Amino acid sequence: MNKLAISVLLMSLLAACASEKPKEPVVEAKPAPVVEAPKAVAPAPVVAPAPVAVDPLNDPNSILAKRSVYYPFDVSVVQDADKPIVEAHAKYLSEHADRKVRLEGNCDERGSDEYNLALGQHRADGVKKLLLVGGAQDSQITTISYGEEKPKATGHDEASWSQNRRTDLNYSAQ
Amino acid sequence: MRGMILPRYFYLLILLCAALPARAALDIEISGAGEHQIPIAIVPFAGEEKLPQSISSIVSADLTRSGLFRLVDPAGKAPHEPSEVVYADWAGTDALAIGNVEQQPNDRIAVKFRLLDAVRQTELTGQAVSAKSDQIRAIAHRIADMIFEKLTGDAGVFSTRIVYVSRQGKNNRLVVSDSDGYGEQTVLSINKPIMSPAWSPDGSHLAYVTFEQDHAVVYVQSLLTNQRMAVASFRGSNSAPAWSPDGRQLAVVLTRDGGSHIYLVRPDGTGLHQITFSGVIDTEPNFSPDGQNLIFASDRGGSVQIYRMPVDGDVAERLTFEGGNNFSPHYSPDGKSFVFSNWNNGRFYIATEDFQAKQMQVLTDGGWEKKPSFAPNGKLILFATEAQGRGILATVSSDGRVKQKMFSQAGDIRDPMWGPFLKQLF
Repeated sequence: MNKLAISVLLMSLLAACASEKPKEPVVEAKPAPVVEAPKAVAPAPVVAPAPVAVDPLNDPNSILAKRSVYYPFDVSVVQDADKPIVEAHAKYLSEHADRKVRLEGNCDERGSDEYNLALGQHRADGVKKLLLVGGAQDSQITTISYGEEKPKATGHDEASWSQNRRTDLNYSAQ
Repeated sequence: MRGMILPRYFYLLILLCAALPARAALDIEISGAGEHQIPIAIVPFAGEEKLPQSISSIVSADLTRSGLFRLVDPAGKAPHEPSEVVYADWAGTDALAIGNVEQQPNDRIAVKFRLLDAVRQTELTGQAVSAKSDQIRAIAHRIADMIFEKLTGDAGVFSTRIVYVSRQGKNNRLVVSDSDGYGEQTVLSINKPIMSPAWSPDGSHLAYVTFEQDHAVVYVQSLLTNQRMAVASFRGSNSAPAWSPDGRQLAVVLTRDGGSHIYLVRPDGTGLHQITFSGVIDTEPNFSPDGQNLIFASDRGGSVQIYRMPVDGDVAERLTFEGGNNFSPHYSPDGKSFVFSNWNNGRFYIATEDFQAKQMQVLTDGGWEKKPSFAPNGKLILFATEAQGRGILATVSSDGRVKQKMFSQAGDIRDPMWGPFLKQLF
């Protein structure tokens, strides 16, 4: 009974995983045919997939898949560990002049809501400066702050706070 | 940047919300007591049993909440006129409130009330009012105000109103209620955060911040017509509105020019000009009662502290030095002190500081205590705190002796502000 339940669960998980794959064309190595082909026959020519313009933004393995940078308490400067993320987005924006990004600053709740609104704005503006340095255009970027108004985690502890001190790079905002 | 034109349905939405019935959903917990509690008996008024609410109960609850009175049980004695009072029956009571209610035509009631000095056996004050029968709570609060003023020498604030934000899931409501939390009226209901409501000095308008346009924008709304306009909606964040005492200016905080600076603007959105220029965060401005100075929170010294500056200049003086960080300063009505939220060792406390003594006085036991503001008589401080994982309203007397928590049945309550004295309605 349990095993059945687990395997059903596993199967549905697998199905869920399969269905969550990105719909962009994904280049995959074709498995070599298992059946040995007669030697006389020339191996079927492996047709290289036509180069498809894959937006690297949609590549889950790209650094561009990282859309958040995180901060220590009451700090609005992008940390060294997160700079490569911002630099990659700057490069992407400089190469995709039609793309726009909205930088959304957020804070943990250890401050007044108004102070945090200002701090979140500073965080977003700080990311914007780095994007501009990296080649993005001012017209591609808007910055807003949610302060402490939209916490990702709501506990009164560092586990929650550390998730809430961040700037999100949002490409799908209108 | 004039106020934007809002879609017509928006006003309809506001009007509909304003028409929602008041929700009486409060549980009030009081702790502590004033140094000298005045013993007083509030005798049930003749005829009040026919009303949906008992006037004497509302008066009793008001006086009890102040912490300055000790309610003496009338124990069945029920005089309604001075001639019916046998003073010998009221030994141990300083004062005695009696009265009666008469139903009048056209859905009106007439209430007569007298406050008697039980020791000197004289009448201290009295009033007869006639009002619509849905004004029972307002009449009772007015009576409580008269009693409070006569016996303590300070104006009562039971007739004043408060504003706060109530959050339930995604829904945010801007709510105005009586100072005891009853008589809720929804001023605005949206599915985006609402922040920082601030009363105009005459109580007719609210300034507040919403995220309806995705970023923070400052609005001013009339409580009489419910019409509203955006007074600051520049790029970045527009926030922290505070009214000047004459109602002609708002201090707001904008980030449009980089940094987070304080600006002055007229309530119609004209005349914008910047008054702080530091490269850091300046926010939460609050005008002195004489309109000459602003106090505000700033991180210019490294930590977040309270500063004061003249409205027409930028030389700021640091006011707080203790504790970790200090936020949300608010002047006392007499301008002699200010209240603020003090962050220290993982907790927020409500604290006051006298401008002369420059000494911080912590009034509360600490917790998640934010956004304090004084009642217009300076005797109570309203703030937001947390209980059972939800935001609730709380008050503390300005001497720290009497504390009160107001539990509402639903919603996460935040960002309260105590409103001004209103013109007497009757």
